[in-house]
Amino acid sequence: MRYFPHTAEDIQEMLKVIGVNSLDELYAEVPEELKCKADLQIPSARSELEIRQIVERLAAQNKVLIPFAGGGAYDHYTPSVIPYIASRSEFLTSYTPYQPEISQGTLQYIFEYQSLMAELTGMEVSNASMYDGATATAEAMMMCVAHAKKRNRVLISETFNPAVLRVVQTYAKYHGVDLVVVPAKDGATDFEAIHRLLEADTVAGVIVPQPNYYGIVEDFTGYAETCHAHKALFVVNAIASTLGVLRTPGEWGADIACGDAQSLGLPLNFGGPYIGYLCTRKSLVRKMPGRLVGATTDAEGNRCFVLTLQAREQHIRREKATSNICTAQGIMCLYVAIYLTLMGEKGLREVNQQSYSAAHQLHDALLQTGCFEEVYPDKPYFNEFVLRYVGAGDLLAMRHAMGECGFLAGIPVEGSADEVLFAATEQRTPEEITEFVRLVAEISAQGKH
Amino acid sequence: MNKSYYGKLIFEQSKPGRTGYALPHREADTHTLDELPESLRRQNKAQLPEVDEPTTVRHYTNMSNNNFGVDTGFYPLGSCTMKYNPKINEEMAALPQFSRLHPQQDAEFVQGALALYYDVQSILSQIAGLSEFTLNPFAGAHGELTGLMVIRAYHMKNGQHQRTKIIVPDSAHGTNPASAAVCGLHIVEVKSKPDGTIDVEDLKPLLDDEVAGMMMTNPNTLGIFEHEIPEISRLVHECGGLMYYDGANLNPMLGICRPGDMGFDVMHINLHKTFSTPHGGGGPGSGPVGVRRGLEEFLPNPRVVKTAEGRYTLEHSDKALGSVSTFLGNFAIIVRAYAYLLSLGKEHLEMAGKLSVLNANYIKERLKDYYKLPIGGLCKHEFVFDGLKDEYAGEHGSPQHVSTLDVAKRLLDYGFHAPTIYFPLLFHEAMMIEPTETESKETLDAFIETMKKIAQEAKEQPELLHTAPHQTPIRRPDDVRAVKDANFTYKDLTASK
Repeated sequence: MRYFPHTAEDIQEMLKVIGVNSLDELYAEVPEELKCKADLQIPSARSELEIRQIVERLAAQNKVLIPFAGGGAYDHYTPSVIPYIASRSEFLTSYTPYQPEISQGTLQYIFEYQSLMAELTGMEVSNASMYDGATATAEAMMMCVAHAKKRNRVLISETFNPAVLRVVQTYAKYHGVDLVVVPAKDGATDFEAIHRLLEADTVAGVIVPQPNYYGIVEDFTGYAETCHAHKALFVVNAIASTLGVLRTPGEWGADIACGDAQSLGLPLNFGGPYIGYLCTRKSLVRKMPGRLVGATTDAEGNRCFVLTLQAREQHIRREKATSNICTAQGIMCLYVAIYLTLMGEKGLREVNQQSYSAAHQLHDALLQTGCFEEVYPDKPYFNEFVLRYVGAGDLLAMRHAMGECGFLAGIPVEGSADEVLFAATEQRTPEEITEFVRLVAEISAQGKH
Repeated sequence: MNKSYYGKLIFEQSKPGRTGYALPHREADTHTLDELPESLRRQNKAQLPEVDEPTTVRHYTNMSNNNFGVDTGFYPLGSCTMKYNPKINEEMAALPQFSRLHPQQDAEFVQGALALYYDVQSILSQIAGLSEFTLNPFAGAHGELTGLMVIRAYHMKNGQHQRTKIIVPDSAHGTNPASAAVCGLHIVEVKSKPDGTIDVEDLKPLLDDEVAGMMMTNPNTLGIFEHEIPEISRLVHECGGLMYYDGANLNPMLGICRPGDMGFDVMHINLHKTFSTPHGGGGPGSGPVGVRRGLEEFLPNPRVVKTAEGRYTLEHSDKALGSVSTFLGNFAIIVRAYAYLLSLGKEHLEMAGKLSVLNANYIKERLKDYYKLPIGGLCKHEFVFDGLKDEYAGEHGSPQHVSTLDVAKRLLDYGFHAPTIYFPLLFHEAMMIEPTETESKETLDAFIETMKKIAQEAKEQPELLHTAPHQTPIRRPDDVRAVKDANFTYKDLTASK
């Protein structure tokens, strides 16, 4: 076995030092009846060459569709510098930076990540990342409850991606949070309804998405003031890349910003690994879950970086902890840090402009085919939008046919038979958009009576 | 490193007018962002660095040189299973038919990805001796939380809402109680005996109809096999509780003794420990959760299932505990684990565990004359020293005394990572050592000689250890200052100047 360095001679010498006669004897205290006698139904050991063949064969059974869809996973370009640097084994094969003297590489990029994310969200402090956007939102919910002490009710807008909502609801159920889903009004969060629920002064926090599930850019004017008047925290879950140009959670007066930062140059990877972010005010930092890197100096007075405020964390607080997160998304922080560094303010603005423009062109062209109708005509959207399919056959059949042609034709809106969510990024060329719309029109016209 | 140009932050290398990107030129956009109402647009420009590509690459490359990894050297890091991360795994995970796959593609277009996911589920079930696995949880702690949710969902379905007590040994990692608390459960600690194993007599009075279950690792955090596990499982089951296996210490048991056979009902596995996926400086990991027959229905949505026709599809069930991830977990990590599982195969599975145990016992035997070994006898994949022996450490409380922290820091000077220190909490000077099977005898010998040398140094020049490390990119950092003079961002640093 190529990963085991031991020769037969090594093993004998080592057994002798230990004072046993065989490797089996090392397990002398394991009761015989517990020892595995089953013939495990697992594959036989393969050579590297065979592994490559097996895995490549599986990969070939996937059909990579050109995505005209988002739904929490956005097809932005990953500059080649990122995987190149991130695959350096000094980064990739390192452990959590508990020994700062030999982990300054990791600690510094996390510090840069925190600085960049705080700047992007307009908040004062960012943690060292969470698993993904959904779990980051669940953690934000638990942070609201921990902050409020005696309140355990949290309001969440129905305009969240339902897949994210389900995760937050699952955490709420087991953590004993009274999570109230506030019904949407015309595709946007219902501020009036939230206001009414806040009146009882029993709410610990209010969580809203930006842009929301339908791609709509919501207006949160007055939210922060109203929440604060009723001593509730205001939480904005924003798609990270859009914050290059959209009003930031900080500018909306949010207490916590959270969400997924996959849109900042992370590959689609069939859903993971992505990266959740969580940013807040300095005054709330001690309630913030997750790792945190701070700057300090070493014994010679030179600047360096360390994991700090660890007293907040699970391994110290044990059952008093309000979060059990014991890691971050490590290498994905490096992805985000390099992405934001290379793009800069201008590059990020341009990515957003091109994505916005591509989505709007797509939207207009799809409407012109006559196979779609608008659902929320009065609402501003960003790079994702909902249309109602009125072409021939049902929506699923159309999407299937488009899949055969190599395109991912949107995502069906949950709870609707004919609404579909489309998205575009800077990677969708004008030619692709033209071809996509032509094919959709063709397929949607077929069999029309 | 901070003395040099390369110690700068990326922000300090920014210069207005530099760019590190190029995007395709698009004909005049018909739609521009200023169509959006002013009030919805960002008011203050993001202050991001302006840096060119060569500067960026050099910046991060130099940063990587200040890092230690498994490819750099030996990590005797207890409880972390820092084994070699095979390179083929990285290449497989980067295949474009995986990396470019959108998670919302319909099952018919992702049969290969789902087949891989399903295969890993099945292989893990076999290795664990359990019925089914979900690979959705993102990390070990996330797996723990998911597993505890399974336990609660099971009791709720049976109308046993009062079962909210989780028993954990006093040697357990802090994540165990924290996961239980997040899951709405209460912790009850069970004591260890002097030999480091659970005191069954102390356990008995804790068992009542409020017990949801018991969380354990086996071997435990001290590297000791809990040989009374059949009795413990029986007692917990008898009172209506479920047994949870924390897979942190699964490595030594591979192919030898399965959690399912020990009586565990629910468990998680850390793919980044046992199945060789890289730690990445603290993520992304993966924490699959397995359950015994009868508990499958509670596993989180979505599930990957195989149809009678041999196709793979996603399933959502109302009986499930809910969802813990938006999609199917850290898929690219699962691909890496799959490649490793194929490398190990049936033939080498056992050997991975046995060699890890051989390595741990070898270090323990050769160093026990220098370091205090509170619990003798055979260990499994790891063991704990309670600091240097007094003759080397000097008197506790005296200015000459050399602590575990000092030893750990001195190891860095010699090119080794430190062991896990001050954990488990049972010992004041704990030093937890886990070598893993991918370390050669030569590496272990070099580590052993270094540890002996450090013991001598402790005796002869304690000051050298108190101020260690001396050869690393930075010296000991001031942790107190990091808290008092809190700087979490570049902006904080410039403001405090």
